[in-house]
Amino acid sequence: MPQQYRLILKNIDAPGYTNDLDCYVRHGGYEALKKAFEMGPRVSPDGGTVSGPEKIRKTVLESGLRGRGGAGFSAGLKWSFVDRKSGKPIYLICNADESEPGTFKDRQIIYKDPHQLIEGMIISCYANDVHLAYIYIRGEFPEGARILKRALAEAKAKNLLGKKILGSDYDLEIYIHRGAGAYICGEETGLIESLEGKRAYPRIKPPYFPAILGLYMCPTIVNNVETLCHVRHIVNMGGADYAKLGTPNNTGTRIVSLSGQVKKPGYYEIEVGKVTIGELINHENFGGGLLDGRKLKAIIPGGSSAKVFKAGEKFKLKKKGADGQMTTVEVDMLDLPYDFDSLQAAGSMSGSSAIIVMDDSVDIVEALANLSEFYAHESCGQCTPCREGSLWMSKALHRMTHGEGRKQDADYLLNIAQNIQGRTICAFGEACSWPVLSFVKKFKDEFEAKGAADESRNKVAATSKVTIAASPQR
Amino acid sequence: MSNATTTETKPAPPPVDKMKIKIDGREIEVPKMMPDWQGKLQPTTMLQACAAAGHDVPHYCYHPKLPIAGNCRMCLVEFGTPAMGPDRKPVLNEDGSAKIAKSVLPYEPTSPRGAIACATPISPGMEIYPNSPATKQMREAVLESLLINHPLDCPICDQAGECKLQEYSVDHGNAASRFVEEKVHKPKHVDLGPRIVLDDERCILCSRCVRFTKDIVGDDALGFAQRGSHNTLTNFPGKQFDNNYTLNTVDICPVGALTSKDFRFKMRVWFLKETKSICTSCATGCNVIVGSREGNVYRYEPRENDAVNSCWMCDSGRLNYKWINREDRLTEVQHLKSKAQSWPMALKEISEVLRKASSGSVAIVASARQTNEELYLLKKLATKFNAITDSVPRHGESDKLLLNADRNPNSNGAKLIGISPAQMGSNLPKIADGIRNGTIKTLIVFGEDVTKHGIGTDLLVKLDHLIVSDILPNKTTESAHYLLPGCAHAEKRGSFVNAKGRVQRFLQAIQPKGDARPEWEFLHELVFNVTGQNGFASIEGLFNQMAQEIPAFNGVTWAVLGDAGVTIPT
Ligand SMILES: Cc1cc2nc3c(=O)[nH]c(=O)nc-3n(C[C@H](O)[C@H](O)[C@H](O)COP(=O)(O)O)c2cc1C
Ligand code: SF4
Ligand code: SF4
Ligand code: SF4
Ligand code: FES
Repeated sequence: MPQQYRLILKNIDAPGYTNDLDCYVRHGGYEALKKAFEMGPRVSPDGGTVSGPEKIRKTVLESGLRGRGGAGFSAGLKWSFVDRKSGKPIYLICNADESEPGTFKDRQIIYKDPHQLIEGMIISCYANDVHLAYIYIRGEFPEGARILKRALAEAKAKNLLGKKILGSDYDLEIYIHRGAGAYICGEETGLIESLEGKRAYPRIKPPYFPAILGLYMCPTIVNNVETLCHVRHIVNMGGADYAKLGTPNNTGTRIVSLSGQVKKPGYYEIEVGKVTIGELINHENFGGGLLDGRKLKAIIPGGSSAKVFKAGEKFKLKKKGADGQMTTVEVDMLDLPYDFDSLQAAGSMSGSSAIIVMDDSVDIVEALANLSEFYAHESCGQCTPCREGSLWMSKALHRMTHGEGRKQDADYLLNIAQNIQGRTICAFGEACSWPVLSFVKKFKDEFEAKGAADESRNKVAATSKVTIAASPQR
Repeated sequence: MSNATTTETKPAPPPVDKMKIKIDGREIEVPKMMPDWQGKLQPTTMLQACAAAGHDVPHYCYHPKLPIAGNCRMCLVEFGTPAMGPDRKPVLNEDGSAKIAKSVLPYEPTSPRGAIACATPISPGMEIYPNSPATKQMREAVLESLLINHPLDCPICDQAGECKLQEYSVDHGNAASRFVEEKVHKPKHVDLGPRIVLDDERCILCSRCVRFTKDIVGDDALGFAQRGSHNTLTNFPGKQFDNNYTLNTVDICPVGALTSKDFRFKMRVWFLKETKSICTSCATGCNVIVGSREGNVYRYEPRENDAVNSCWMCDSGRLNYKWINREDRLTEVQHLKSKAQSWPMALKEISEVLRKASSGSVAIVASARQTNEELYLLKKLATKFNAITDSVPRHGESDKLLLNADRNPNSNGAKLIGISPAQMGSNLPKIADGIRNGTIKTLIVFGEDVTKHGIGTDLLVKLDHLIVSDILPNKTTESAHYLLPGCAHAEKRGSFVNAKGRVQRFLQAIQPKGDARPEWEFLHELVFNVTGQNGFASIEGLFNQMAQEIPAFNGVTWAVLGDAGVTIPT
């Protein structure tokens, strides 16, 4: 029976569990940190010495942990890119900007179990010789910032932060920085610019890879809230044992934000790849099915930027058989295991692990218009294709949802979106074009039907002139 | 004579490390490292490599003298790199050549993934396709995006004719727009500061102006407000865009968004004649282009010279041209006693006066705004009479970028030629004394109002002969016995030596006003009449002769000076 596996959420929402330090410690909190400090230095098999921090980095690499913020990039590998020879300080930033529509997992940790994050951060900082770290928290979480602030003060009072932490010779300070309400501040280089006090214009890569030229042009690690929490459990369990959770190359657990037209929307932690999309939507341990009398129309599997899946869509996936041979199997969208690789193989992504469910009451053009308006509003406007294209798509969709569609608008939209993806400074280019590309391709008949209906109605109504509905300026 | 030794002779540079790449199917070797905007060696970019191969990759935000922004995406190019096998060894084609893996979108391998040429370093074996259909498609799409919200008011736009948006649209754009939505509207006439007006609708948000004022001038005065397509260039609230370099942003703005209040709506740029010249407002000697039409100067623009001013000039120097067209310019040869005088009569009389002058009875006050050639001829006269000479120092504040505290363009020339003593102006009191005690009976003044420098009208009236050449009237010209109308530098040719010892020449943009004549021409006649020496009657000849005679000039020739000048030891 598909079940939750609550590793990060273990204590969250448990009766009587509070977000203060004492409660956290009573539940085994900061034990992993002590363990981390005890890990080194050790003599490695080849005779060299491995420092404690290095050992933790190896453990994290071994655990197979992949980033929970969006791209699913190996955390251990990311840490290994850090320029440790530059002589400059190394910074770590916790990305707590959680703004991807549909996503509401990081905030559970921040509000209900802040010390879990802080412990994960201290260990990660220790592992990477970081002495100054930041939590960049979304501006719309003022209460979250307050909670974190209090938690940091508690930790500092108990010498879990500050100088010579717990009697070691390791110093660390963590500061909170509040955003001002822009989605682009979640993009790691935009975040860094914002943290430096500038406009959150994402940086060009090359040359500004955070691992080399990040915050204040120093080597910098940016990790998601949930990613950093996992580090705590990896140190607790050991890398190899952690890797037994989930499925190969998709290890550990993951919190899924489930929203839309299901009976029980909410956040569910699963072993990665051990539960299918269909189970997440329909099983009583999760979404509990669609609303009565409704039929599934589509889902967005990984936050609003991920490409949409259409109900009934089938994918050909490569699968390793019991004999070790690769075979191709056809899988229905609902039977896709919820993990990084399967969703990518199906042409979308698990992104921020937010599933948005749409049933047959949804007007797909309206839904896309809504998404596009968000992206047009949130484009930072730095680079041409995204700046102009995101508003262009939004205006066209607004027109379509206001009775002024044209049959050719489907291709028009596809073409605009095609000219954005892959040509921009940051992945927002994909984020704003993928919904359009996937919605229009997969529901082309609905877009064309709407356009054609508008055209013929308008032709009858107006004698000659076609008036275009005023588009939103915002 | 081109073997002139200059301080630029440096030890031979170490051999340049090169890399083989292919551009548009042709193999080419390019240096691995090339100078970045600050002149520091950095890995060569695709754009630099393409330029070396003769391919101009279209670009808006990239500027060789500004930090790279990579925001316009106009320079996107399709490219490929040698394919690597699982064993990390290059995969070979059947003919043994390296197999090239074209860069594609990881999530959509049928679509090329371009790279911005301005910021992407080249790598060995890379192939760049600056003219491929995919590259052209990316370029067209960027242009289309830039144009959808552009007001397209070219007929009334000052930039028309030198607009990169117009240019590239003709070269790379699609004729018809598919855009049927309503355009974004933004402020049209924004007063950014005392010299600059902004049309936000025309701005393509390339950030060149922002980077210039922040990274070159150090005045973080401009930035973007709003988001997305509503992004709007603006000055910070309550802070005027008012440093001494603001007008450079008008030059580097690729479109007509930033306009100079001084120049806007005055003249269509294609009517302007462009002449290579030098700014005369300080000792830096920024290289400029004089834009003129029918005898009037309309604007100065900086001309690139890395040894002097990079691509920039200051606002005060740029706007200091209006006096050239002033109504009260001196345009007639004048003599106190007879009314209208002609050049031949005046020169004849002056020659007679000077021929009769005894040694030590003549003094010369020249100007450090005069050219080397003019000062050289005046020096010849001075030598003949053993005359005491000087010029007038002119000082102001300097800044870190270009502006020099010495506001004369040719102080070094005046010193090297020997018109001015090492301490410029230190002979002026001696000249005043000489007039007062009657030893100096003839004073020759060029381009300075000596009444402001210790030789008042009370002294001037004591002179037997006051011979003055100037451009605009002043107290000294009013007292002159002979007044010879001279030329603005835009009306003649000549050379200066800047603060760093760079000898730079400038060319003639417009005709002299009225009867005015270039000073070197009539000085040449006077020198011949008075001393019997017949030098060259051309600016080239004069310069070359001077450079032979005066050791500091090292025998440099006018031709060798070229457009960028030559540095000599000072
Ligand atoms: C437009 C955009 C918005 C993003 N927003 C977030 C965000 O809110 N939170 C987050 O953790 N990562 C976000 N990311 C991903 C980050 O850039 C970065 O990859 C991530 O924080 C790395 O952490 P991880 O490796 O632990 O996943 C965003 C990326 C893009 C392109
Ligand atoms: S892709 Fe969009 S959000 Fe990213 S830098 Fe460009 S304009 Fe800004
Ligand atoms: S005003 Fe001109 S230079 Fe400045 S950002 Fe706009 S287009 Fe670029
Ligand atoms: S710095 Fe000097 S030479 Fe250059 S433009 Fe200004 S005044 Fe002219
Ligand atoms: S020139 Fe603008 S991105 Fe390269």
